Amino acid sequence: MSKLDKESKISLLKTMLTIRKFEEKVSENFAAGQIPGFIHLSIGQEAVSAGACFNLRKEDYISTTHRGHGQCIAKGVEIRPLMAEIFGKSTGYCKGRGGSMHIASLDYGMLGANGIVAGGIPMAVGAAFSAKYRKTDQVVASFFGDGATGEGAFYESMNIASILKLPIIFVCENNKWAEFSPQQVHMDIENVAQRAKAFGNVAAETIDGNDVELVVDAMERAIERARSGNGPTLLECITTRFHGHYEGDPQKYRPKEDIEGVRSKDPIVRYKTKLKEEGVLDDAGAEALEKEVEGIIEDALQFAKESPEPDSKELLNDVYVN
Amino acid sequence: MAETRYIRAVNDALREEMERDGSVFVAGEDVALAGGSFSATRGLLDKFGADRVVDTPIAETGIIGLAIGAALTGLRPVVEIMFMDFITCAMDQVVNQAAKIRYMFGGKPKLPLVIRTQCGAGLNAGPQHSQCLEAWFAHVPGLKVVMPSTVTDVKGLLKASIRDDNPILFIENKTLYGLKGEVPDEDFTLPIGKGDIKKEGGDVTVIATSRMVHQALKAASKLSEEGIDIEVIDPRTISPLDKSLILDSVKKTGRAVVAFEEVKFAGFGAEVSAMIAEEAFSDLKAPVQRIGAPFCPVPFSKPLEKAYLPGEEEIVEAVKKVVK
Repeated sequence: MSKLDKESKISLLKTMLTIRKFEEKVSENFAAGQIPGFIHLSIGQEAVSAGACFNLRKEDYISTTHRGHGQCIAKGVEIRPLMAEIFGKSTGYCKGRGGSMHIASLDYGMLGANGIVAGGIPMAVGAAFSAKYRKTDQVVASFFGDGATGEGAFYESMNIASILKLPIIFVCENNKWAEFSPQQVHMDIENVAQRAKAFGNVAAETIDGNDVELVVDAMERAIERARSGNGPTLLECITTRFHGHYEGDPQKYRPKEDIEGVRSKDPIVRYKTKLKEEGVLDDAGAEALEKEVEGIIEDALQFAKESPEPDSKELLNDVYVN
Repeated sequence: MAETRYIRAVNDALREEMERDGSVFVAGEDVALAGGSFSATRGLLDKFGADRVVDTPIAETGIIGLAIGAALTGLRPVVEIMFMDFITCAMDQVVNQAAKIRYMFGGKPKLPLVIRTQCGAGLNAGPQHSQCLEAWFAHVPGLKVVMPSTVTDVKGLLKASIRDDNPILFIENKTLYGLKGEVPDEDFTLPIGKGDIKKEGGDVTVIATSRMVHQALKAASKLSEEGIDIEVIDPRTISPLDKSLILDSVKKTGRAVVAFEEVKFAGFGAEVSAMIAEEAFSDLKAPVQRIGAPFCPVPFSKPLEKAYLPGEEEIVEAVKKVVK
C-alpha cells in the first residue's frame, strides 16, 4: 500500500486538477476559435501523468506525445509559457514554432512532445544512455500510447534499452484507442505489458492507470530498478480518454456506451472521494484547492492571450546553431 | 605531412576527437568488436572501452534516436549507418526529429550529433547497398550534409563535424576508402560550408562532389591536352552550400558543368544549375550541363554498373559541349 503522506496526496490531486482545468480551458478556447491547429487532450488520463511524474526529480527526463500537456504539467514545467505555446505566441516554450504537439523544456528535463507516434521513444533511450554514460543517477520516463506499440521505433527502443540495461521506464498510457481504432483492431494481445517478454531484461506491469496512487507505487518500483542499474520497465497504465482523438472529433467510430461510460471512471472524482473518506481533505479544502488551481490557469490564459504573436522577421532564426 | 588512406583518416579523426573530448562516443552496428564493416572504427573499442564504443542491434531508428537523446542531454555522439541505403529505415528520426528539434523547440537545444555513413556504386553491391541520396537530406532544413572527397578533407571535416553543434550527415564514399593522401601532422579542422578549388582553370567550371572530384581531375588532364583548362570546384559540404565559391568561378569562366554520382533527375546538380541560372545567367556563355547517374536503381552486374556510373568520359564530353 501507498506510504504517501497527507501533503503528497493533496499534491497529487492538485496536479491532476491543474491538468484537467488547463485542458478544459484549452478545449473551450479551441472551440471558440482562439487556438490554431490540432489539439489532443488527455482529459480522463490525468492520474497517469500525475502519478508517473510524482517521484521523478527535476533533473530526470521525460519524453511524451501529441497528447502530452499532462506530462508537461506533472513534470513541473511553467504553466504560462505552456499555455502561450498552445496559442502560438512568442512567449511560448517554443516561441510559437512548435505548438501543442512539440513542447519541450530542457530546464525541467522535458525532452519534447512529439507529433510522430512513437517518435520520442528512441531519443528517450538516448537520454537514458547519456545518463548512464555520464554516471548520473538520472532516469527517463518515456510516455506513449497503446497505438505507438505498433511502431517499429518502440521495439528497437525496448531492445536497445534492454541490452544496454538503461535507466528508462516506458510508460504506456493505454486508453484503448489508437487514434480512431479500438485496441482489438491494432493489437492481438490483451495487455501491452506482454510485449516486454520479447526482450528479456524488461520488467513489466499492467495497472489501473485511473488510480493515481497505484501509478505512484508502480513508478516507485520502476524508478528504483532504473536508478540501481537494473534496467528498463514497461509500465502499462490502463486509462480512459474522455474526449475524441482530437478536439472536434465527433467520435462516430466509438460506441455510445463507451463515450457515456467514461465519466464513471474519472480519476479525479475517484481520488477526491477517497481523500475525503480518509479525512485528508474536507469540502472546504477541496473547494480552496480548486479555486487556487483555477487562479493559476486563468493567469496563464490571460498571459497567453495578451502575449504577442511571433514577429515574422524571426522566421529563419534558429534553424542552425551558428 | 604524413601519408595515410581515406579510411585511416576517418579512424584517426574519430580517435583524436574521442581523446580530446570525453563526451564523444561512437555507436552503431558492428562498430565495436568488429571494428566497423569497412574498418572505420577499428581499434577504438580496445582504446576507449565498451562504454564509449557501442555495438548496437541492427536498428537504424534506434541508433539515430540514441544519438538524438544523447546529444540533447550533453554528449556528442558519432553514430554509423553501415550503408547509406539503410538510413531509409530511420527517416523519421533524421528528418522529423534531429533536423527540426532546435527550431521547433524555440532555438534552445543544441544537437551536436554526427551520422557517419557511406554511399556509392562501383563495388557491385547491388541496388540496396550503392546509392547516393545526398539530395534528399540537403532538402531538409536543420541538417548539414558533408561529402568529403580527399584524405585531408575527410579528416578535417569529420573533426569539424564532431565539434559542430548541429546534426550532421557525414557521407563518405566506399570507393574512396583505399585512396591515399597526405594529412597535416598537427590537430586541424576544415570549415563546414566552405568549398575548395581542387584545380584552378580559366575555361570551364566543373563543380564535382565526392568520387566525381577525382573523375573531374582525370578529365582535366585529358582536356588540357586539347587546350581546355577546367577549374574543379569541390563544395565539400552539400548543405550549407558554398554558393559564392561556385558563382565566382562561373563568373570567371562563363561555363559550368556539375558532376555528381547520384541520379541526375531532381538531384544535387539541379540545385546548382538552377542557382547558377538565377544568379549568374548573364555571365553564362553556354547552358549549364549536368553529369549524374541515369534514372534507374544501381544495378549489380559489372557491365550494367559500369554503364550506370558517371565518370571521366561523361565530364569530358560535357565540357566539350559547353566550350563549343
